[in-house]
Amino acid sequence: MIRLLVFIVLAVIILGSAVLSVTTKRIMRAATFLLFVLFGVAGIYFLLDYTFLGAVQIAVYAGGVTMLYVFAIALTNKNTLSGIYERLHGGRLIAGAAASLVGLAMVVFVFFKEKLMTVASSADEVPMKTIGHTLMGSEKYQYVLPFEFISVFLLACIIGGILISRKE
Amino acid sequence: MIPVEYYFVLSALLFFVGVFGFFTRRNLIAMLISIELILNAVDINFAAFNRCLFPDQMEGFFFTLFEIGVSAAETAVAIAIIINVYRNLHSTQVNRIEDLKY
Repeated sequence: MIRLLVFIVLAVIILGSAVLSVTTKRIMRAATFLLFVLFGVAGIYFLLDYTFLGAVQIAVYAGGVTMLYVFAIALTNKNTLSGIYERLHGGRLIAGAAASLVGLAMVVFVFFKEKLMTVASSADEVPMKTIGHTLMGSEKYQYVLPFEFISVFLLACIIGGILISRKE
Repeated sequence: MIPVEYYFVLSALLFFVGVFGFFTRRNLIAMLISIELILNAVDINFAAFNRCLFPDQMEGFFFTLFEIGVSAAETAVAIAIIINVYRNLHSTQVNRIEDLKY
């Protein structure tokens, strides 16, 4: 029961911050609300007993990506901290809301049309040793190849980012 | 144990809030923030389905882990591009970015 209560609180934080993030007119506030959403999602991971995933979410998303956003906003807006920056148009607002609601209705309908299988799961935390072995093993259901791929991918992104954003 | 449907509803709502933001905002950084919301919704789904339906396996866990890495890389490159666009065109509104090179 206490888990359900925590889940409801986290869901309210996530959804409220997400709605405020997409409707606020100031970009810096949108980035701040995005930070709250990311903390809420990290809380969901902790609630699911994926402690490592929650720690990664806080370290990479909330610590790194949000910082990138704040720097980008400061570099691309001259009047970031003062004044209204973006106007929302009525027609586009209605169109976006209609598209989102239709999509949401479709997804929820498809999901609840079918009976979902349920497993009586044992909710205990995944030990760190298992995570490390699964991440670094090369057998079936082990993930050393995606790990190496993502390291090369990050290197390519570093080089690409430097190449794109340097001054001539 | 919380039923998996609750996680699903939360993730679907978050996803379509992101879609709404992506449709309505016209600032490049705000659109990128909406994409982050969408990616986080998908992450919640992966982790919740993995934990609630297949607790002995770890596919959803590692997919979420790799998605966080890919998303960080994507954000870095996108922000480099946005800063470059701003430097050349002096705007980050998609309506005003009409020129290609000249």
